[in-house]
Amino acid sequence: MKYQVSAFLAGVLFAAGLVVAGMTQPAKVIGFLDVTGAWDPSLALVMGGALVVYAIAFRLITKRSAPLLGGRFQIPSRTDITPRLLIGASLFGIGWSIAGFCPGPAIVGFGSGMNEAFVFMPGMIAGMVLFRWWDAWMARRAEVHT
Amino acid sequence: MENFTPIAATIGGVLIGLSAAAMMLFHGRIAGISGIVSGLIGPKPGEIGWRLAFVGGLLVGGVMMGFLMPSGFAVDVERSAPAIAVAGVIVGFGTRLGSGCTSGHGVCGISRVSPRSMVATVTFMATGAITATIVTQLFGGTL
Repeated sequence: MKYQVSAFLAGVLFAAGLVVAGMTQPAKVIGFLDVTGAWDPSLALVMGGALVVYAIAFRLITKRSAPLLGGRFQIPSRTDITPRLLIGASLFGIGWSIAGFCPGPAIVGFGSGMNEAFVFMPGMIAGMVLFRWWDAWMARRAEVHT
Repeated sequence: MENFTPIAATIGGVLIGLSAAAMMLFHGRIAGISGIVSGLIGPKPGEIGWRLAFVGGLLVGGVMMGFLMPSGFAVDVERSAPAIAVAGVIVGFGTRLGSGCTSGHGVCGISRVSPRSMVATVTFMATGAITATIVTQLFGGTL
């Protein structure tokens, strides 16, 4: 139960941060990405603020031997730059810029009853399911060829 | 830069950083939204509870902020429903192919000085900037 409550409260805090930061307003995201228009640098400060806090916290927290609620720290260890990483990030940037939503604000916007998020979210879930299928298909194909 | 909101942006960013720190401190998990959500599709046993709770928190946080700060959900861009839906599919597929989004790569990954996350963030910022410029210059800001 502690497990669910802390994750839930972290989610609420994350949502509040995104809304206060203006990230649930697609115009602020697109206004940052469109450097040729009336440029809005707010997004850089959102990331900067989050980065400073998390960079310090991460170093302090991972000095512990384990998370407070047990288990172990699950931190990605890969360092290889792959075509998947580059193509995936490229696609994400394009979609992010078309709608002005990334996954977090889309979910928060959905909760607030934002029409745009009602359209974006099913698309996003469909894209994730599509990836699962494609990935499984690629894995099968690789097996056949080896 | 008339739309620049530096104080709100910094405060919001700090709150996001604190939330991500809480996920690491209590759960030992990276607060990457796309990863947490996609882990709910065909989830592994024992992986469902905290993910559902976090996403539930995002949704309930959205409900609460909708009442507290309705101006936070303004849409001042011209985007048709089909364009938004297609963008959603691209974001869903792209974030899984690239193993992360703005939170997992942009905030958590860069904080850890992860080379993959730094490359991913520069890449999605670049394609995002190119896309936004094309939409403004060639489509008059309407999709």
